[in-house]
Amino acid sequence: MSDPGTHPDRGYLLDASGPAAPPRDNGELVFAAPWESRAFGVALALHDSGRIEWEDFRQALIADIGEWEATHPSGEGWSYYECWLRSLERVVSGQGLVGSDDVRARAAVLAARPAGHDHGEAGHHH
Amino acid sequence: MTSAAELLDPALRVEALASLLTERGLIDETTIDTFIKTYEQSVGPMNGAKVVARAWTDAEYRIRLLAEGTPAIAELGFKGPQGEHIVVLENTPTVHNVVVCTLCSCYPWPVLGLPPSWYKDPAYRSRVVREPRQVLREFGLDLDDHVEIRVHDSSSEVRYMVLPERPAGTENLSEEDLAALVTRDAMVGVAKVAAP
Repeated sequence: MSDPGTHPDRGYLLDASGPAAPPRDNGELVFAAPWESRAFGVALALHDSGRIEWEDFRQALIADIGEWEATHPSGEGWSYYECWLRSLERVVSGQGLVGSDDVRARAAVLAARPAGHDHGEAGHHH
Repeated sequence: MTSAAELLDPALRVEALASLLTERGLIDETTIDTFIKTYEQSVGPMNGAKVVARAWTDAEYRIRLLAEGTPAIAELGFKGPQGEHIVVLENTPTVHNVVVCTLCSCYPWPVLGLPPSWYKDPAYRSRVVREPRQVLREFGLDLDDHVEIRVHDSSSEVRYMVLPERPAGTENLSEEDLAALVTRDAMVGVAKVAAP
């Protein structure tokens, strides 16, 4: 890994100082929230270990985005990574790796943790 | 299609999924973290900028790059997921190429990293095909009417990258200084490379 403080990421730097023009979003982070990066990382890890085919995931993502767009003509409430996560859940369930009931049950357990407990991302330091 | 799980907080659903997959030995935390860090920190438009600067300064390399993108890009050490079939499109004074993925978000990760949010947005994905000249104008790129705009829609196989025009007045710049001029937006085709 290169040091983010010194690597020659001039493309980003120039962008961040460029003229702002919609729909452009200058200087943005790669992920808007930690859960988005986790959803990304889980999908890549599943593909890397040969548990899912990337094309299966891509087709699920295309279907999910298409469905979202068909039911939200105004485009309001768009979240790319929510589509990504739904598609991932479907492929993982479809491959018989983890069923949606199991995910639901585990999420309920995580939600019931006492207040102050580190949720998800913050608890994954190594 | 909507299940009860989808009504839960996505952060909880991701953690539920990740914990179950790791417990079952299907993935491990180290691999997840490595992928996240790689695409947050190491892989991004600075890679593509080096490819562009090399093509501007090495005529033989430019020919190889335009003939077959992926192996020429791998010469500089850039490879990986979403880079198996990269096609490089050359912008000229009369042809301007711009890239989109109308169905999802296909993008040449090894050279550009992960796409910006506007690239994934339904508005860009539908509008740039219908009215490319107007969309480019909104990005601040006002092309003359005689310039032909070609919109390239990524398919399941091909990932496109634009080779922008080298700006005038940069004849004396080094390859490294040239790379510093090249932006992500120029390599997607929604901007030109500005002279220093």
